[in-house]
Amino acid sequence: MQLDGKVPGGQLSEKWDRHRFELKMVNPANKRKYHIIVVGTGLAGGSSSAALAELGYNVKTFCIQDSPRRAHSIAAQGGINAAKNYPNDGDSIWRLFYDTIKGGDFRSREANTYRLAQVSNNIIDQCVAQGVPFARDYGGLLANRSFGGAQVSRTFYARGQTGQQLLLGAYSSLSRQIAAGKVKMFPRREMLDLVLVNGQAKGIVVRNLITGEFESHEADAVVLATGGYGNVYYLSTNATSCNVGAAFRAYKKGAFFANPCFTQIHPTCIPHSGEYQSKLTLMSESLRNDGRVWVPKNPGDKRRPNDIPESERDYFLERKYPSYGNLAPRDVASRSTKEECDAGKGVGTTGYAVYLDFNDVIERDGIDTISKKYGNLFDMYKNIIDENPYETPMMIYPASHYTMGGLWVDYNLMSNIDGLFVLGEANFSDHGANRLGASALMQGLADGYFIIPYTIGGYLAGTAPSEVSADHPAFNEATQAADERIKKLLAIKGKRTVDNIHRELGQIMWKYCGMARNKEGLNKAIKLIQELREEFRENVTVPGSDSDYNLSLQKAGRVADFLEFAELMVTDALAREESCGGHFREEYQTEEGEAKRDDEDFCHVAAWEYGGYGKAPIFHKEPLVFESVELTTRSYK
Amino acid sequence: MKQGINTINITLKVWRQKGHKDKGRFETIPVRDVETHMSFLEMLDVVNERLTLEGKEPIEFDNDCREGICGMCGAVVNGIAHGPEKGMTLCQLHMRKFSDGDTIAVEPWRARAFKVVKDLIVDRSSLDKIIQAGGFISMIAGGAPDANAIPIPQEIAEKAMDAAACIGCGACVAACPNASAMLFVGAKISQLALLPQGKPEAAKRALSMLREMDELGFGNCSNETECEAVCPKEISIANIALFNREFLKAGFGSSEK
Repeated sequence: MQLDGKVPGGQLSEKWDRHRFELKMVNPANKRKYHIIVVGTGLAGGSSSAALAELGYNVKTFCIQDSPRRAHSIAAQGGINAAKNYPNDGDSIWRLFYDTIKGGDFRSREANTYRLAQVSNNIIDQCVAQGVPFARDYGGLLANRSFGGAQVSRTFYARGQTGQQLLLGAYSSLSRQIAAGKVKMFPRREMLDLVLVNGQAKGIVVRNLITGEFESHEADAVVLATGGYGNVYYLSTNATSCNVGAAFRAYKKGAFFANPCFTQIHPTCIPHSGEYQSKLTLMSESLRNDGRVWVPKNPGDKRRPNDIPESERDYFLERKYPSYGNLAPRDVASRSTKEECDAGKGVGTTGYAVYLDFNDVIERDGIDTISKKYGNLFDMYKNIIDENPYETPMMIYPASHYTMGGLWVDYNLMSNIDGLFVLGEANFSDHGANRLGASALMQGLADGYFIIPYTIGGYLAGTAPSEVSADHPAFNEATQAADERIKKLLAIKGKRTVDNIHRELGQIMWKYCGMARNKEGLNKAIKLIQELREEFRENVTVPGSDSDYNLSLQKAGRVADFLEFAELMVTDALAREESCGGHFREEYQTEEGEAKRDDEDFCHVAAWEYGGYGKAPIFHKEPLVFESVELTTRSYK
Repeated sequence: MKQGINTINITLKVWRQKGHKDKGRFETIPVRDVETHMSFLEMLDVVNERLTLEGKEPIEFDNDCREGICGMCGAVVNGIAHGPEKGMTLCQLHMRKFSDGDTIAVEPWRARAFKVVKDLIVDRSSLDKIIQAGGFISMIAGGAPDANAIPIPQEIAEKAMDAAACIGCGACVAACPNASAMLFVGAKISQLALLPQGKPEAAKRALSMLREMDELGFGNCSNETECEAVCPKEISIANIALFNREFLKAGFGSSEK
């Protein structure tokens, strides 16, 4: 089946305006007859819940944590892009669009990416009006900084806590709607299934994580804003509760999963240190504004970094990519780092780290300036590694950070299931094969504040208010299936813990489906994943019961999903016989070792349909049509 | 990373409680070979792995981002909320701060407004309710003027950011002898009262957030300053003073009730 992205006609720059006019509308008095479920309260879920309630819809919002303010958007450090061009350095909507689509290696949908750039400016206005304390210059106007993959300064920031401030902004708007009675908030709930009635999304089944009880919730439309699947690698910069569960449940109910092999490995994270390690901590990309990345020229050089003279250092990003230097995009910087370490030039106890050095900038600008810019990051580093980055260069290594792939959506952000909308990191649409820094926050808020409020109206206008109630047999079926899954997990009583198996899955994925992939390795990974899945079904042990708070049980359900999802990811990586963005197939590279795209055969979105347990997924294709940009070889040299 | 692996042996005295109706008790768990590079939560992970394999129930504790920003984690460690290090959440505390042979007591936040859910997990939804009472600026998506239309002096923006850094973990409440939420409320009131966008509703906000805090069973502030001492984001009690000024202004200088 060829998928239709439902991109409106007309000039690229006019599509969204035209579409907004053409969309059917629900009149204000009728909006209160419709109920919408939103799952997730990160930037996309929080902002959409608030915006939909502001319009008059009745919203039920669910989150896994104890409060909607905890969602992992909160951890985004560096900033949010917008095409305001306040610094007068040549930015425009077109340039932000072009940088984003080129940064994604021409594997995103042109019209979606353009719209993202278009609404970026509204986001900044919205957030300032909410009381988000962005950084300002002495005259009181907003400050900007640079980020990877761009040659203009377009990133707005609030110290190293931009995600936190934007999320708290959305949370405050959400809180206002909760107080007004327009949003009913359900914290500590995990979505265990999507409920379809006559092929349309009409509700969800959730589990109350405190009591263990199942709850059925009906609605006229379901919005998933449940984030990415970076924790498939076990070690990642994601929060511990981030999971693929909700998206995977939707996939099993027929929603297509698009480009699952597009994952982002972020170049600047604190390196791995021991077996017990539970997560990898990101050091913001903004550090690459001032820090210089290097390795010793000679493999195996064990001297302390400050003892290695300038002439024996290789500033490899500046050498390989002179025009972008240390600000090369994430996929390029990560891969380059891996190459140097594989060549034996890595540093630190494991040999899998490179230096990020602030000596030059401290000499140039003084320690006070640097501490004002990055103080909290430097403190965090010092606390974790026990070394002072003002004196000794930081050590960094790439880690799983973000996933560009996600549920397939059309231009309206609706999946192939009627009434199921997918926002933010959980969908696939805007970042192609690689996301640029400071664009995730932009997309989450664009989807939530400025896109879904229009497009969901277009769907609801053509659907009468639902008469399906939570005692419909479809809810009962979904609840029973979920209960069976949980009872099964508790009954295995094997010898390995959930984390132990998850860690092994992570190692398989990192080794064979990480920064570099090849056919042989991917085939091997499929076999290993299948074996591990069997091991899990026979030998996992889950303590406790299902009638009170039980984190091990929650994790077991999530890892069971990851064990199935991992195979889909590898299948997609195998099928995409080209290199693009974060998906680097070793067989397809240029002589200089750069990604070699195949626009002839792979200029498409790969959307996978669930084929049944243990069966191959079914491939569907959405060809990517570029009307306004020319596909070029991405060069940052 | 400093070379080499150091390990220590410790004894955990950890609070175990099945639910808020259960009485709860300390359980003593000796833990051998703790690598000092581990974070405190990673140490608990290791203990939980061992308990699980021994067929026992692991210690339940809230955590999520493990980088000190989500506000989900927290426990009272040796009598101090978030443990002995200043300006740090529990997930950022590392085992190198402890010595071989130490006994470490771990308890949940204790406050009338926070019920224990299980072991170290407490219900902090009362903090959300306080925000719902007025911790926002009333505006809807789509109607905002250009972001640079109102310049805000850098000094004011920085002060607002200092207050906005609150992660809502509840350590301030746990540390306060009165279990007051004044630092939490003061931080939000200050952030929004400092910014021009928040001024129109400042009086209403101060009155309604304070009223909600009282109704939820949080205590009063008697200037113990314990909250500031444990705040992982080092939020200053100057925010409480600013809150008091806002409250007085609202009570005497506005028509809000």
